[in-house]
Amino acid sequence: MIHALGAGILFGIGLWLSGMANPRKVLDFLDVAGDWDPSLLLVMAGAVAVTALTFRPLIRKKDLRFDKTAIDIPLVAGAAIFGIGWGIGGYCPGPAITALSNLTLEPLVFVAAMVGGGLLARIWPSSPGR
Amino acid sequence: MSNFSPVTSLLGGVLIGLASVWLLAASGRIAGISGILHGLFAQPPGDRSWRVLFIAGLITAGLAWHAFVAPAPVREGFGLGWAAAAGLLVGFGTRVGGGCTSGHGVCGLGRFSLRSLVAVAIFMATGMASTYVMRHVL
Repeated sequence: MIHALGAGILFGIGLWLSGMANPRKVLDFLDVAGDWDPSLLLVMAGAVAVTALTFRPLIRKKDLRFDKTAIDIPLVAGAAIFGIGWGIGGYCPGPAITALSNLTLEPLVFVAAMVGGGLLARIWPSSPGR
Repeated sequence: MSNFSPVTSLLGGVLIGLASVWLLAASGRIAGISGILHGLFAQPPGDRSWRVLFIAGLITAGLAWHAFVAPAPVREGFGLGWAAAAGLLVGFGTRVGGGCTSGHGVCGLGRFSLRSLVAVAIFMATGMASTYVMRHVL
């Protein structure tokens, strides 16, 4: 249990250090037609370098299974809708949650709406994944 | 490219990766933030305590960051209506699509999942498109 708290703290520090917790910096990355800031490519590269080296052996050792492999309509439509929301606000779920620490209304409204959107998704006919 | 911050962004990314490995190694859980959040509201209620603790950790990190490193960023001219619309789309899309930047991105790409690679390509593309519309069209 203490590990979940510790991992959350480390994840959050990573978000702030990398700049991902600042929605303006995220939008500067997504705005390829503007004064483009490629920093977030390096965030992803740094994170995936670590997981690519460690995840497969760990998953084998723990005998975890990932049942979903299909590239189906929920995956494509869901990812597309998520991206649209990401590009509007500059927040994806992790940065929005750690930005609750700003103690301002903007992340609070975003996170509340995000929870609502997740509940609304229950109307989607297939069962939700991860 | 006037705001490019390669060193801190790369280091921050490494920390995010290490945190994901930590959670997987210690709890057998995938650090997909949207899944952790949505799972809090699953019916019937599952194992909520580790989800609450991880989310508490994320917020604690921000509080500590603002206290010791840098003040919270402020953004002018972004209405709360836009924040609500964006949050709704992100919540709905991540639930239906089964993951976000962390679940499909950091963790899914790390286990070489084709499904996650497709998801990442799509949300990057639609994210760039909607940012373009927000900044250069509207």
